[in-house]
Parts: sequence; structure tokens; C-alpha cells
Amino acid sequence: MGVLLKVDKLFGGYGREIVLKDISFEIKRGEFLGIIGPNGSGKSTLLRLMSRVLYPRKGIILFENQDITKMGLKELCRKIAFVPQDTLISFSFSVWEIVLMGRIPHLKRLQLETRKDFEIAESSLSLTDSLYLKNKKIDQLSAGERQRVIIAKALTQEPILLFLDEPTSHLDIGHQIQILDLLKRLNRQNYLTTVVVLHDLNLASEYCNRLILLNEGRIFKEGTPDEVLTYHNIESVYKTIVVVNKNPISSKPYCFLVSKEGRCLQD
Amino acid sequence: MRMNPKRKILLLVIILLATILLGICRGSINIPFLELLSKENQQILYLRIVRVMLGILVGAGLGVCGAVLQAILRNPLAEPYLLGTSSGAGLGAITAIILGVSGVYLPFAAFLGALLSIVLVYNLAKQDTKIPVQSLILSGVIVAMAFSGIILFFISISSNETLHGITWWLLGSLQIYQLKLLFVVAGIVVFGILSIFALSQDLNAISIGEEEAIHLGIEIETVKKILFLITSLITGALVSVSGMIGFVGLIIPHTMRLVVGPNHKILIPATCLGAAAFLVLCDTVSRSLLSPVEIPIGVITSLIGAPIFIILLKRSQRVK
Repeated sequence: MGVLLKVDKLFGGYGREIVLKDISFEIKRGEFLGIIGPNGSGKSTLLRLMSRVLYPRKGIILFENQDITKMGLKELCRKIAFVPQDTLISFSFSVWEIVLMGRIPHLKRLQLETRKDFEIAESSLSLTDSLYLKNKKIDQLSAGERQRVIIAKALTQEPILLFLDEPTSHLDIGHQIQILDLLKRLNRQNYLTTVVVLHDLNLASEYCNRLILLNEGRIFKEGTPDEVLTYHNIESVYKTIVVVNKNPISSKPYCFLVSKEGRCLQD
Repeated sequence: MRMNPKRKILLLVIILLATILLGICRGSINIPFLELLSKENQQILYLRIVRVMLGILVGAGLGVCGAVLQAILRNPLAEPYLLGTSSGAGLGAITAIILGVSGVYLPFAAFLGALLSIVLVYNLAKQDTKIPVQSLILSGVIVAMAFSGIILFFISISSNETLHGITWWLLGSLQIYQLKLLFVVAGIVVFGILSIFALSQDLNAISIGEEEAIHLGIEIETVKKILFLITSLITGALVSVSGMIGFVGLIIPHTMRLVVGPNHKILIPATCLGAAAFLVLCDTVSRSLLSPVEIPIGVITSLIGAPIFIILLKRSQRVK
């Protein structure tokens, strides 16, 4: 597995505030990488830096051995796509118009979409099982449908790397699994390298090949779910007591949360 | 309203042509079209054509600026006068009236005021190399308020005669005295609208969110700066020749979004045509309704515009 993106001694943040300190890691081609950590640990900031919404304060991010700050933004967006937590769109674009916007990085200004662009948009919609939504308005969809359409828009960019920032946090468990199964399928079948920020440790454990656990802007632990999701790591980062066991079906680590009352009863 | 976008644009073109014809034939005196072409009516024909042309420019310009600002500020209340340009033009014009500068130079004074407000708002809003939307709105509102304060002060100390000039200017009108001036304004408005149309794909992306647009490869800060400058220049130029004609820039973009949808590749041409037709119609009504008295056009734009918008809004709510 070759290295697709390399982060080296990265510092970054907003204004004067430095959120991420001295981060180094690699994203390998074809992997499904999860980024986890408590609120404010810098997960979203890391994704923003890697997708050039923010510029690094220090350090370097290499995508296919090129410094991303020296690449053209459009060039970068032909290879990297991004799915945010929840997209609230106040204008009532049709699903088809939204998905076609994924072709913007490939089009010159004022250039009209060709048949090829329409075919790509259509196949992204069918890949995400949302072809039937094509003529609906984006503001008439449920949260789960909307998220599938936004993923379809990202796929229309024909990326080789997909970033997702908590793509399931507004969804019920049924839709959470639906979205993550979809991402896993794209990862396997289309060899789409996927990096996802997740809040839910058990979902991260179930779907990701590798996890990066962030704490206070630094990498606390990096490795397979078995290596990262130990009660020791979780308790020291999240400052709460957990019991880690195995999922009886997938035998991936599973974290049980324990209430204060429950802990007292145990003693 | 299930029509394809091309048909809707065609329909708007027909409506615009109809209003142009109406605007030329109707006025303080009604003259049938064929008689207008005769020699003795040449002067009237000329005046009316110039007036209709200015109506088209003011309508199209203000309408498109409103559509752009609503998209980049993602604020339904945004309109061309929000960012302080018009108050700047107003201050320029009123200063000129008080100083007794003659009517010919009035538009230049107004445009100078508009430029002053653009520079002020831009520098107030700027943070490092960015212009955040919230800070742009706030700076615009603050500059507008400060300028309005000065305008009110000038009004309070001016004589009756000056007051009349100021009021006339504030109400807005499509009267224009020089053809050259019309051409200059036409140049600014046409160039501005074409540049905006070239950015319609970027506008689509920005209207779903700034970070979204970055992820689609759009350099949003550059695009925002270009659009702020273009819309301000168009507004400044138009307010300088026609005064403050309200309502067009706010309501026509909303109306057109209800008719053709939010895709700017269609919305910009549709707003251009719809707003031009709307303003030419309003001006015709303002000239002919109580002739020979001319009703201020701002009164007509609100009285015709509000019901049209309410009808469309109710219809779209029923569809949902």
C-alpha cells in the first residue's frame, strides 16, 4: 500500500489560537481511516487543514508527494472530496443540480456540462441508492436522504480521497449503518481511500481499518481498533470510566459506558 | 408552472418587449405607436425611448445585484442598498445640491460618494485577507447609518428650495438629461452583469455554503471581493443617475427564484429580464396614472411588487 497523503510536523488553528500541535501521520491508498477524540481535540481542524480550508501554521501536508498549499485549489478538488456533518441548504436546489455541482472542479468557467458529466452524476446517484430522488428539491429530503445526496455530490468529483466530518451524527442508528455500509462498499469496490471523523467509538471500531486518537491537539495513539480502543487509552483521554469488551459478531472492540450510579453499585 | 427554463426565459423576453412597447406608447399623453413615428412626435419618442432604456438598466442592474448579494451573504433580506453604497451616493448628491452644484454634475458627485462608501465598507469589513460575510453586512449597515445621519443633518439646515431638490433625488426617478451619461451607466451595468453571469457557477456553490464552495475548488475570498466590487459599482452608478428606487433589488430576485429556481445560470438572466420589465412597467404607471402629475416610482414599485410577490409565495407554499 503506497502513501497517498503525508502529514509532517503539522501545526494549525484559527487566528492566534493553535489547535493542532506537531501532528505527523500517513494515509495509505485504499484504507478506511477513522479519526476519533473528545470535543475540541482538533479532529475537524485536522480535516480542514488537509482539505485546504485552513492553511498550516507550520509543517507540511503532501498529497501524492506534492505540497497541497502549492497546488491549485481546483486541481486538489478533482482528487479530494469532502462531506460535512450536515448541510443546511437554504435555497431550494434540485437534487440533480446539487449533484452536478460536483463537476465544478472539472469544468472551466462558463463551460457547459457534457454527456460524460451527466453520466458521472447519474452513476454517483445510483451508487448511493438515491437515483429516485433526482427530481426532488434538496430541502424536501430527510436528513438521511440529504446526506446520501451530499455523498453523491462528493463522488461526482471523482475523488481518490474522501474526507467525512461526522457524517452520521444527525442520523438514527438505521441510517448511521446505511451510510457507513455505503462508505465501506465504496472503499472496497471503488478503492476509494476514506478518512472519517467519528464521535461514536463503536462505529469507528466496527468500520475502520485504522484509528487515530487525538487528544488536546496531539496524536495520543495510532493503530488498529484493537490497539487504540483499550480501556486505558479511552479513560485517560475521555476522562470517564468504560468497560471494553468484544462485539460477539465482528469480534471488534466494543466500549460500554458506565454511569456514576452504576460504578457505586459495583463497589 | 411546469415549463422548461428556456421557455420561461422566452416568456420573460416577450413580457419585457411588451412592457417596452407599452412604455413608449403610454405617458402623460397617449399617442398610438404609428403616429409616434411621425416627424412632429420625434422629440417625444426620443425622450420616451431614453427613459425606457434607463428603466431597463436600473431594473436589470438592481435586480441582479440583489440576487448576487442574497446568494453570497446567504441572507434573504440582502438587497443592493444594504452595503452602504446608496447612502454614499446620497451623501454625495446632497452635498452637491447644498453646494449649489448644477444638475449636470450631480451624478458625478453621487458616484464619488458611492466610491467613498465602497472603500470605507471594504476596509472596515476586512480581517487580514478575508472579508467575512457577517462583518461585511455590519460594516455596510454602520456606514449607511452614519451617512444617513449626515444626510438628515444637511436636510435639517437646508432652505426650502434645496429641500425640494433633495426630496426629489431621494424619491428616485427615471428622468435623465444627457445621452452620454446613459451610455456610461449602460457600460458599467452591462459589463457588470456579464461578469456576474460568468461567475454563476461560483454563485451556485457559494449559496450552499462557503466551506462547501472551497471543497468544490472555488477561491471564495477572491470571488466575494470581485462580486462586492461589481455590485457596489453597479448600484453606485444607478443610484447616481436615478436616485433611490427601492424594492426592485429585494423582491424581484425572490420572485424569480420562485419562478425559475435558485440555479444562477438561469436565475441571473431571468432576474435581468424580469426586473427590467417590472421597472419599465412601474415607470409607465407612474407617468400615466395621475398625469400630468408624476407619482414617485418608488411608490409604484412597492404597490405593484408586493401583491405579485405575495401571490407567488402563496402558490409555492400550496405546491409544497
